Amino acid sequence: MHPLRRKRLIIIIAILLILSSAVGLVMFALQQNINLFFSPTQIASGEAPQQATIRAGGVVVEGSVKRDPQTLYVSFDVTDYQYSMTIEYLGILPDLFREGQGIVAQGSMMANGVFKATQVLAKHDEEYMAPEVSDALKNAQSKRVTVTESALSY
Amino acid sequence: MFPELGQFSLILSLFFALSLAVLPLVGYWKGNRLLLETARPLTLIMSMLVLVGFISLCIAFLSDDFSVLYVAQNSNTQLPIWYKVSAVWGSHEGSLLFWVLILCGWCSAVALKIRTLPADVGPIVLAVLGIVCVGFLSFLLFTSSPFVRILPDAPLDGGDLNPLLQDFGLIVHPPVLYMGYVGFSVAFAFAVAALITGNLNASWARWARPWTAASWAFLTLGITLGSWWAYYELGWGGWWFWDPVENASFMPWLSGTALLHSLAVTEKRGVFKSWTVLLAIFTFSLSLLGAFLVRSGVLTSVHSFAADPTRGVFILGLLIVLIGGSLLLYAIRAAQVRSTVSFGLSGREAWLLLNNILLTVLTLTVLLGTLYPLLFDVLGLGKISVGAPYFNAVFSPIALLLMVFMAVGPLSRWHQTSANALLVPCVIAVLVSVSVSAGLVYLLGFGVTAFISLAVAMWVVVLSFYDWFSKVSAGTKGIIPRARQLPRNYYGMLLAHLGMVVTLVGIVLVTVNSEESMLRLSPGDQATVAGYEFRFDRVEQLKGPNYLSSKGQFTAYKEGKQVAVLYPEKRFFTTRQQVMTEAALDAGFTRDLYVSLGERVDEQAWGVRVYVKSFVRWIWLGGLLMMAGGLLAALDKRYRKRARAI
Repeated sequence: MHPLRRKRLIIIIAILLILSSAVGLVMFALQQNINLFFSPTQIASGEAPQQATIRAGGVVVEGSVKRDPQTLYVSFDVTDYQYSMTIEYLGILPDLFREGQGIVAQGSMMANGVFKATQVLAKHDEEYMAPEVSDALKNAQSKRVTVTESALSY
Repeated sequence: MFPELGQFSLILSLFFALSLAVLPLVGYWKGNRLLLETARPLTLIMSMLVLVGFISLCIAFLSDDFSVLYVAQNSNTQLPIWYKVSAVWGSHEGSLLFWVLILCGWCSAVALKIRTLPADVGPIVLAVLGIVCVGFLSFLLFTSSPFVRILPDAPLDGGDLNPLLQDFGLIVHPPVLYMGYVGFSVAFAFAVAALITGNLNASWARWARPWTAASWAFLTLGITLGSWWAYYELGWGGWWFWDPVENASFMPWLSGTALLHSLAVTEKRGVFKSWTVLLAIFTFSLSLLGAFLVRSGVLTSVHSFAADPTRGVFILGLLIVLIGGSLLLYAIRAAQVRSTVSFGLSGREAWLLLNNILLTVLTLTVLLGTLYPLLFDVLGLGKISVGAPYFNAVFSPIALLLMVFMAVGPLSRWHQTSANALLVPCVIAVLVSVSVSAGLVYLLGFGVTAFISLAVAMWVVVLSFYDWFSKVSAGTKGIIPRARQLPRNYYGMLLAHLGMVVTLVGIVLVTVNSEESMLRLSPGDQATVAGYEFRFDRVEQLKGPNYLSSKGQFTAYKEGKQVAVLYPEKRFFTTRQQVMTEAALDAGFTRDLYVSLGERVDEQAWGVRVYVKSFVRWIWLGGLLMMAGGLLAALDKRYRKRARAI
C-alpha cells in the first residue's frame, strides 16, 4: 500500500477505535445513570419501578414534616394536589426546603410505598420551581379541571 | 439622566458596530485601503460607548436609582457598596452588558495591536468581531435592556441582590470567566478572517496563539474560582457538580485546550490547518451555546437566570447565524487551506493529534450528557436528569488516558521520533510511578482507582522533569544558562501540565481520603471526624447590614491540642426572606476543616455538616498553575519580537 494511504488508514482506525470505545462507555454510563422523574400521581398509579434510582417531587404538604428526636431522620409528604406520597430522608435538608415549596428528591421506592431519598434538592431561588415539579403540577391541575368540568356537566 | 445616557450610548455603539461589521469587509472586497483603515477607530469608539453605558449602570446602582427596573430588582439601600458594584453583573441584563463590555475590551486590545498584523488581515479580524458585537449588542438592546425605567411608581427600596451572590467570589468569578469565554471570539475572528482572505499560513497561527492562550488562561482561572466559590458558598462542600452551567464553561475550556495544542502544530509544522480553523469555530460555538443554556432557561441549573423564551430564541438565532455562517464559509474555503506538508506517525504531530482527538471526545461526552435531558424531553420520552455518576464514569478514564499521553508528547520530536528516545524515559517513568503509587496506596489503604490516578500523576511528573532535564543538560553551557534560554512557551506548557497533576492529586485525595459526616448536635456536644475532635460551643444571634445571623462556634482539637475555631453562620436575608449558609473553613495545604450549619431541628439541636477534606486546595492550586502556564505562554517573547519585525 502507498505509505501515505497506509498512514491515513492508521489514523482513521485509531480515531474510530477511540470513538467507538468512547461511545460504548457513554452508552454504558447513560444506561446506569439516567434518573427518570415521576410525579406523585404516576407513583400512585404504580408507574415507578421499585429499587431503581429515580427522581420524584412535588410541593411539600403543610404540617407533614416529621423529625426524629435523636437523629437527622426526617419524613415529609409531597403532593401534586392529586395524590401525595411520603418521602424519607436521613440528612440535612437544603436551605430552601420549606412547607409549601416545590422540591425534587432523588432516591428509590421501597416496597411499603415510601420513597427513600438519598438527596433532596430545592433551588436557590424564591420564585423558582423545578420544571419537573411545575409540569407535574400543571398536568395534575388540568386533570382536575377536566374532572370538575365533567362534574359540572352533570 | 444617567440611565438614558447609558441607553443612548449603547444604541449609538450598535451603529458603530454595524459600520465596523460592514465597512472593512467592503473595503477588502473593493480593495479600498481607506475603508479598511476605518476598522481601528470604529472599534475604539464602539468600545468607549459601551464603557459609557456600563459606567451609567454602575452609577445607577451606586446612587440607588430604583426607578430603573434592573436596579430595583437587584439592589437595596442596605446592600454594602462593593456588592452594589458587583450587583451590576449579578443578573441577566447587567451581566449581558458586562459580557458586551468585555467583548469590546478584547476588540480594543486587537485594535491596539493591529499594527502587528498585515494591513488586510487586521481589519477583517476586527470586522468579524464587529459582527459578533452587533449580535450581542442587539440582543442586549432588543430583549434585555438594563436601563428600563419603572416610572412614575418607582419603589422606595430595591428587592436586594440574591444572597447567594453577596460574596467575594461573585465579585471576581464572572468577570474572569467572561474574559475567557469572550476571549475565544478573538480566535474565532482570526479563523474566519483567515477563511475570508484565504491567507492561512504559519504566521496566522502565530498571531492567533497568544490570544488563545490568554483567553484560555482566563477561562481556567474563571472555572477555578467558580469551583472554589461553590465549595464554600453553597454550604455542602462540593467542588464540582456537573451542573449544566458548569459544563457550559467547561466545554469551551476542553475544546479551547485542544485548539491551543493544534495551533502549536499549525504554527510549527503547517499541518492541521483546516482542523485548527474548525476547532476555533467549534470553541466559540460552545461559548455561545453556554450563553444560550444559561440564559434561555432550557436546562435546570443552580445558575439559571429567569427564563424568558424570547431571549432563548434570540440567542438560538444568533447561534445559528454565526455558527451556520462560519461553517458555510468553512465548507466553501477549507479545501483551499489544506495542508500539503506530511507528518510522521511517530512525531509530535501524532501525539498532539491524539491529544486533539481525546479532548474532542471529552468535549462531546460532556456535551451529550448536558443536552441529553433536553433531547429526552423534546422527544417526549419523559423528564430525566443525567447525574454526576455518568460524567465521572465517562470522563475519568478518558481524561486519565489523555494525561498519560500528555506526558509523552513533549518528549517526542517533530516529524519523527526514534523509539529509543521514548522507550528509556517511559520505562523509568513506569517503574517509578507504579512503585511509588503502589507504596502510597498500600500505606494509606486506598483502592484501585486511586492507584491508577496517582500512578498517572507520578508518570507525568517524572516524564516532565526528565524532559526538562534532558533539555537543560544538553550542550556545554551548563544547566542554569540553558534553563534560562528555554522559551517561556515551554515553561508555560510545563507549568500547565504540572497544574493538571496537582489538580488530579487533589481530586483523587479529596475523593478517597475525605471524611464527611452529617450530625445532629446541640451546643456542648462533641464529635470526632477523621481524628479531629469538634466541639460545638454555642450559637449566637447577630445582625448584619442586610441580614440576621445565627452564628455558631466550633472548636476543633487534634490530639487534645486546639487546632482551629470555626464560625459557621446561618444568615436570614430580610428583604428576600431567604436563608443562606455560610460555611466555616480552616484551610490547609493538606486538609480543610469544613463546618456548616444545616437546619435547626429543635430548640437546641442543629443539623451540622462536619467535613475533613483531604488535599482539596490542590484542586484549585492546580487551576492557578494552569492559568499561570497559559499566561506565560501568551507572553512568550517570540510573539512580540516577530510582531515588531513586521
